Amino acid sequence: MNDKVIVCEELTKQFGDFVAVNHISFDVRKGEIFGFLGANGAGKTTAMRILCGLSYPTSGKATVAGFDVYKQQESIKKNIGYMSQKFSLYENLTVVENIEFFGGVYGLSSAEIRRRSDRLVNKLGLAPEAKKLVGSLPLGWKQKLAFSVAIFHDPQIVFLDEPTGGVDPITRRQFWDMIYEAAAAGITVFVTTHYMDEAEYCNRITVMVDGKVEALDTPGNLKARFRAASMDEVFYQLARGAKRSAD
Amino acid sequence: MNAVVLDHITKTYEAGKVLAVDDVSLEVAAGELFGLIGPDGAGKTSIFRILTTLLLPDKGAASVNGRDCVKDYKAIRRSVGYMPGRFSLYQDLTVAENLHFFATLFGTTIEANYDLIRDIYEQIKPFSDRRAGKLSGGMKQKLALCCALVHKPEVLFLDEPTTGVDAVSRKEFWEMLRTLKQQGITIVVSTPYMDEAVLCERIALIQGGKIMSVDTPANVIATFPVKLYAVKAANIYRLLTSLREDTAIDSCYAFGEYVHVTFRDDAEPDLQQWQQKLTAQGHEQVEAKKISPSIEDSFIRLMNEKQNGQP
Repeated sequence: MNDKVIVCEELTKQFGDFVAVNHISFDVRKGEIFGFLGANGAGKTTAMRILCGLSYPTSGKATVAGFDVYKQQESIKKNIGYMSQKFSLYENLTVVENIEFFGGVYGLSSAEIRRRSDRLVNKLGLAPEAKKLVGSLPLGWKQKLAFSVAIFHDPQIVFLDEPTGGVDPITRRQFWDMIYEAAAAGITVFVTTHYMDEAEYCNRITVMVDGKVEALDTPGNLKARFRAASMDEVFYQLARGAKRSAD
Repeated sequence: MNAVVLDHITKTYEAGKVLAVDDVSLEVAAGELFGLIGPDGAGKTSIFRILTTLLLPDKGAASVNGRDCVKDYKAIRRSVGYMPGRFSLYQDLTVAENLHFFATLFGTTIEANYDLIRDIYEQIKPFSDRRAGKLSGGMKQKLALCCALVHKPEVLFLDEPTTGVDAVSRKEFWEMLRTLKQQGITIVVSTPYMDEAVLCERIALIQGGKIMSVDTPANVIATFPVKLYAVKAANIYRLLTSLREDTAIDSCYAFGEYVHVTFRDDAEPDLQQWQQKLTAQGHEQVEAKKISPSIEDSFIRLMNEKQNGQP
């Protein structure tokens, strides 16, 4: 099936005796907003690193954008975008320099970078700040710019690792508008968050507990199944029994 | 008596270029569980650092239990507990060594005030020989809280103790705070999570260095000035796009599975007609209802009013 952009089958990662990711299986469809939830230490980061081509699994199968996570890591990296709360942009480069840098890393031509860069800066309303250091921008702007840079090279999939942590409630919603827009344009969005109201914005959700996928469905179906009024309650019911806790 | 007083406090950085705290005044009563609610960059950490005497304000006065934050800094340091946002214990000391170190620093012993930390410390005691740097996030948080409490402080300052922590651990942490409050300790805690605001007795909503509101969570909600509606449909993004084009609507923003809506001139819509209209526009599974606002609704409204220059 061509519309599956991520396919995981029994994907497993062990560190010595510790099974960080334990036989997880799921598919993510093109243009889907896929929420990847779990308690601290559930194995989310480890699984995400494998899917981004940064770490090899111990066993199981997975393809991302049609490329194999064992053999085609470099092709995966070229076809995805990545953004995390912790690091995304160079604070001591300007807005435009950051765009040029990431465009260059992803192999876009100078002419193409310039064309897209102008368009992006105008779209974000950052024209007056284009020559300012990113470090001097408010957090909300940085996050919006970081997301735009992550999809600058038109990746098939963008991985967002807690993209809205600490951001004010208005900016958080503006950020989700950008996510919706990207998804509507066909970019698949794979996102982790600690805000349970954001879980409701996803088309489908997985909840990982102690290395396993404990639930995978639409927010509506999960709430019905757990007889819960909100995703917060669903998460609490699932993650309460977790034995592991780590960063 | 008030445990904490901020009187027109202003703090800038980089020679006045960055305004972090903008003329903030507030009071926290003794024994209160008080929350500073706001996003990153709101000024929460600067306020904590002024109150714990680690930073001098540019203007204004601050005191903790009647002691001035500038003149009486030594007395304040002895009598408060502070848990900074970033993990600040000694990573290469063990759990037990860290706790012993902080007890000694404050001229006391772990045993002297063990009652206060027992419930929290027992949870990490099985790992007492493990280096603090090797602990999980949740355990680090518990150890840091024990170290901030070991000298039985009068006032406890907790700067974003639950940031980056999952929803289950956050719930547990707030239960610990409630237990501590019952022992008479004044607690000032900050958080960017709006849903945690209702767990405080009183809250200050803070944004861009300015306090937007100080009240009980119930009063913040009760003073929401207009009627609020929630509407949902199968495709929430398409619904949001339609609602934005509706000139009768004053504000609309996604809120979990719903979109929250207020109408111009606080008009009261006929819910059935509204649902029919949306269905006619091609939306499926439309459901609309009147709701009571949450703290996050209030925060968004206050932020918008501030940006639009309204009172």
